[in-house]
Amino acid sequence: MEIGISHYLTVSAILFTLGVFGIFLNRKNVIVILMSVELILLAVNINMVAFSSFLNDITGQVFALFILTVAAAEAAIGLAILVVFYRNRGSIAVEDVNMMKG
Amino acid sequence: MGQGFFLLFAAGAVITALTVVLARNPVHSALALMACFLQISAIFVLLEAPLLAVVQIFVYVGAIMVLFLFVIMMIDVREAMLQRFLPGRNLPALVLLLLLGVEMLALVFWSGRFSAAEPIAPRGGDQVRQLSTTLFADYLLPFEVASIILLAALVGAIVLARKESG
Repeated sequence: MEIGISHYLTVSAILFTLGVFGIFLNRKNVIVILMSVELILLAVNINMVAFSSFLNDITGQVFALFILTVAAAEAAIGLAILVVFYRNRGSIAVEDVNMMKG
Repeated sequence: MGQGFFLLFAAGAVITALTVVLARNPVHSALALMACFLQISAIFVLLEAPLLAVVQIFVYVGAIMVLFLFVIMMIDVREAMLQRFLPGRNLPALVLLLLLGVEMLALVFWSGRFSAAEPIAPRGGDQVRQLSTTLFADYLLPFEVASIILLAALVGAIVLARKESG
């Protein structure tokens, strides 16, 4: 069995589904939701690098680097918001996040 | 030999991702996510992107996961550990999610576009130079925009998390 691009895409699809699964399943903990978002971005990165390698085009890796940058910024901002929220409310449960409900 | 390594790393990545989602303790989730990033870096090496694998280990395992662990230690998550699953009410979400996964796998496997298992084109060993030339010549403006995004995230995180001193 030769490992083709479909195998890498399969791994990526499974990781993406697991990330969305984590977001849906998790009602108590914002930190695990942030980790699930990281998992989703990782799946996108696998797609980028796989296509870059199989199509012999280096641009996919450049965009994978950009995705990495945006993921780092998103994690930093998300964790800062989480710290402020915990300082104000004393809990990080998702069901308590309804302050901005109209 | 390559397919054995690929199967090993792919199985490791999927198992650790499941652990991230299903673990009850957030510290276990963070450590499993770290292991998942290591497996994916190995997959990047298999895909002949060694620079991206090293950057992934530096950025994710070295920086982001340490940040996650620090925040988990700062926040008391012991009471938030239990009762993570609502008893009912998320069955439609699970069904939709299963549909999404089946749809993506069906698209990957039944589309003739991805079925050709052509081997990876052998590239010259000068791949890092090629990547940096593309990044700094063709994509210079997105590179600068990415640096501004990082600066804005840095300033924003500091301003958000600072204690109000009156």
